[in-house]
Amino acid sequence: MSGLTVWVDGAGVLGPGLPSWSSSLATLRGERPHVFVPAVLPPPARLPPAERRRAGAAVKLAMAVADEAVAHAGADPQQLATVFSASSGEGGNCHILCETLASDTPMVSPTRFTNSVHNAAAGYWHIAVASRAASTSLGAFDASFGAGLIEAATSVALSGAPILLVASDTPYPEPLHAARPLPDNFGIALVLSATQSSRSLASLRIELTPEPGAPTACEDESLEALRCAIPAACGLPLLQALARDEGRLQTLVLTYLPTLRLNVDVQRVNLPALA
Amino acid sequence: MKALGITGSTLTTGLGAGRAITLEALQAGRTGLAPARFMDVALPTWTGEVSEADAVTLPAALRDFDCRNNRLAWIGLQQDGFIDTVQRARQRWGAHRVGVFLGTSTSGLLQTELAYHRRGPDGALPADYLYATTQNAHSLAAFTAQALGLEGPSSVVSTACSSSAKVFGNAARLIEAGFIDAAVVGGVDSMCLTTLHGFNSLELLSPQICRPWDAGRNGLSLGEAAAFALLERDIDAPQGWLLGVGESNDGHHMSTPHPEGAGAIAAMRMALADASLAPADIDYINLHGTATPSNDSAEDRAVGEVFGNTTACSSTKGATGHTLGAAGGVEAVIALLALQHGFMPGGLNVQTLDPDLHVNYLQHNRSAALRHVLSNSFGFGGSNASLVFGAVR
Repeated sequence: MSGLTVWVDGAGVLGPGLPSWSSSLATLRGERPHVFVPAVLPPPARLPPAERRRAGAAVKLAMAVADEAVAHAGADPQQLATVFSASSGEGGNCHILCETLASDTPMVSPTRFTNSVHNAAAGYWHIAVASRAASTSLGAFDASFGAGLIEAATSVALSGAPILLVASDTPYPEPLHAARPLPDNFGIALVLSATQSSRSLASLRIELTPEPGAPTACEDESLEALRCAIPAACGLPLLQALARDEGRLQTLVLTYLPTLRLNVDVQRVNLPALA
Repeated sequence: MKALGITGSTLTTGLGAGRAITLEALQAGRTGLAPARFMDVALPTWTGEVSEADAVTLPAALRDFDCRNNRLAWIGLQQDGFIDTVQRARQRWGAHRVGVFLGTSTSGLLQTELAYHRRGPDGALPADYLYATTQNAHSLAAFTAQALGLEGPSSVVSTACSSSAKVFGNAARLIEAGFIDAAVVGGVDSMCLTTLHGFNSLELLSPQICRPWDAGRNGLSLGEAAAFALLERDIDAPQGWLLGVGESNDGHHMSTPHPEGAGAIAAMRMALADASLAPADIDYINLHGTATPSNDSAEDRAVGEVFGNTTACSSTKGATGHTLGAAGGVEAVIALLALQHGFMPGGLNVQTLDPDLHVNYLQHNRSAALRHVLSNSFGFGGSNASLVFGAVR
């Protein structure tokens, strides 16, 4: 089956015990054990005041990781096309809407309704960076990270223009939490380019094959628990491969649909030791 | 882009199930809208409901997917020989080489809304509530893939009202990159309390039947729909061709379009460039045309900027209602019907054409051989998509 190659120029992460890419490198490299400390979502400083007031958890989470990846890549966010991948819209917002609609006075808040769209994070981001570039928002339940990576990498390879991939999930409160038990907020962002540059961290060779295969696990038990519990955290093995100062080719299988295997070969470049 | 053949298509809306009844209704100028009677929602508005969705029983193997949205998808899949067409593609290319890319804004959200009405004394949802196969957005793609026996890449695009236009782009990209050879695309969106009360809270629902391009238009009428199309590479004589896809963002406001249609202009120009066509090559534009004052005004400026004011345009939402995440798919199939039958549907419900809008808006059906049709879909979050379809490559 065919595949394609793209380059990673920057990364961002925010999740329990992973407050940012730059401060999580030791944990991602396995030099420090991962400890579950609930993620703290920063206020979305980039947004104009009206939108900042209306932004919920899904927007804050996506914008935090997007900001970090864009800064890391030294990219101009106004020029970047975007792919936002999430298993669902914002969990807390969905709960409050459903609770209101089940009450005797089903008067929903217009802001909550507007924020309920799956592409809320994309909409706020493009307002924040004043970008008219193409953007899509998609999901594939537990395969959402893989689906987002395939879409983003394909767009980059065909258009030649860099893209911002944001994969993020927010948890549902009870009673929906019992039906979809995501333990916390988790987001990963990557800036992908079609060609190698001085900014490149690694190349990714992405292939789909029909043979089923178990995804690559995280060695750290606590990270592995996150990877198994949150769709966006299915990108953790890829983040770990990017974080390692490892010259050899790292061959990963990332979570995707049960009918297909998503192979990602990671080749680090610009290793600090060689730079 | 390299032109992609569309080897099958179907749509089910408030007008009825399948292409033939839709064509007949459009040619007769009939609307599928009626005063809302969905559940016990006491809102003074009109809707385009597919009431048959209430009575559907899914096959046992698909029972976990039971919710209004997937029932509507099931009705849609049964029409126009679509299942047989997909099975031919599956045999030709292999199950894992046929993708499924569908749009929806609310998927099976109604199932969750109903479950919240049945919470136990401890607040828990009822034991029969299934999240993954109903509420989750990807439920629609998983259901469709399973119903059709497809094992290729799949995802659900949920960018509000542009969702099922944008999936044509996702499918075309994966075909061009060689990951797949064919894809089922389209969208399904169904009535739910969130959209009815949500659009009401934004004061975007018209108390009368929606009137796109009318001087007195005062909001949209919601509809529900299922629309599917099959895209394939290396095809000789398809129903029509997907020639170009344009996608952009407004970067302006979450629920109001850019007043000058800046993002819409970018999407239309990108679609034309992708199709290697000039504005004059487009014979008919199926507008997004929701009948909200702001959409029609912004879209009018955007279309005028790209095409001037001579290209024939209309909105078919006076017939189908605004089917939200299914609208792009519905209007793509209407574009194909227009190309195949040499027919431009006039926009319904206009009493007085808005003198402040200047595009060549058709109030009556017109017959003409069509070469190329452009379809617009714009959504909350400033998401814009334009598609170009052709009778020939």
